[in-house]
Amino acid sequence: MKLSDKTKETLLGPLSANNPVIVQILGICSALAVTVQLKPALVMGIAVTIIVAMSNVVIALIRNTIPMRIRIIVQLVVVAALVTLVSEVLKAFAYDVAVQLSVYIGLIITNCILMGRLEAFAMSNNVWDSFLDGLGNGLGYAIILVIVAFFRELLGSGSLLGFQVIPQWCYEHGYVNNGMMMMPAMALILVGCIIWVHRSINKEEK
Amino acid sequence: MEHAFSLFVRSIFADNMIFAYFLGMCSYLAVSKDVKTSAGLGVAVTFVLLVTLPVNYLLQVYVLGPNCLVEGVDLSYLSFIIFIAVIAAIVQIVEMVVEKFAPSLYASLGIFLPLIAVNCAIMGCSLFMQQRVGLEATDPKAILNIGDAFMYALGSGIGWFLAIVCLAGIREKMEYNDVPKPLQGLGITFITVGLMAMAFMCFSGISIG
Repeated sequence: MKLSDKTKETLLGPLSANNPVIVQILGICSALAVTVQLKPALVMGIAVTIIVAMSNVVIALIRNTIPMRIRIIVQLVVVAALVTLVSEVLKAFAYDVAVQLSVYIGLIITNCILMGRLEAFAMSNNVWDSFLDGLGNGLGYAIILVIVAFFRELLGSGSLLGFQVIPQWCYEHGYVNNGMMMMPAMALILVGCIIWVHRSINKEEK
Repeated sequence: MEHAFSLFVRSIFADNMIFAYFLGMCSYLAVSKDVKTSAGLGVAVTFVLLVTLPVNYLLQVYVLGPNCLVEGVDLSYLSFIIFIAVIAAIVQIVEMVVEKFAPSLYASLGIFLPLIAVNCAIMGCSLFMQQRVGLEATDPKAILNIGDAFMYALGSGIGWFLAIVCLAGIREKMEYNDVPKPLQGLGITFITVGLMAMAFMCFSGISIG
């Protein structure tokens, strides 16, 4: 299937140039909290991608029947229903990850990416475009999560996805894991550095 | 009483909404440009927390918990929908009441009130409350009665208020600093918050009573 330019822009724009986390500053709350290890970050990224795409589709389907005055509540209920579904599925099939993510699964409801995309895109576009837009934004969010989690797990506990990466002889010669990486503070500083790198590169392109 | 006080102090410092859990980060970063507006938002968040958390506590204990409405039925999987509906509704009511009875407060809170419905700090506080209801009575984090829920809401709100006013103060001063171009604005704000979070980590060891 060949994608038109506009569709491509809808899908790929949010991955870098218009990234929801580091450019639009949406959905930072959960992006920072779940990134101590790579595995919960991956699960969270996938969960958010599915929920953004699905809720965009649902809202795009019923957008003409929603009264303007109560649209926020309608959007919240649609999102909350989807989040409940995802949360129950996670509890059933990946219980340990669900426990690690704890309240942050529930907090997907108030993730600003969702409300932002529903308000800005799904309320005024057709179903297929909304689906692609949701997919793109979800993936843009997931990419940042994975990058932050990659560095935090590698430097903080010397492993990736739970497997030890830093060889044992490094520890025997005095290498020590950076405990600061496990703390909430370093997540913020890492995101700050990602924004720094991203802006320096993007400026050169223009 | 001692338990409630400990809960109150812990939720301001050790379990600070911003620095320990990153809740309400979006509006925290977006609104913290000057002290006056951020103080307004901080007050609004505290206010809404104080109203919503006790209501959600009562719902959790008397409606959603195991064996509450019907013997053998645990409705807690409905909590996401119920909590967010309660929050959205209460924010709407608070907005109308404030507009009617305190027009000057309404003018100063203005646009922030409706936005608070989707502030992660409000929802997150309710979800943490749901986790803490089930804890043992000896656990310092446990929420045992409506008074505890009230104190927890007050502490979390004040913690959030403190965090946003501090950041706004720093950002006002930073206007005059020479920051590298790509780091300006958002990047340096993140790093500032990271350093503040490090400072707040010192409180994580405190124990009271």
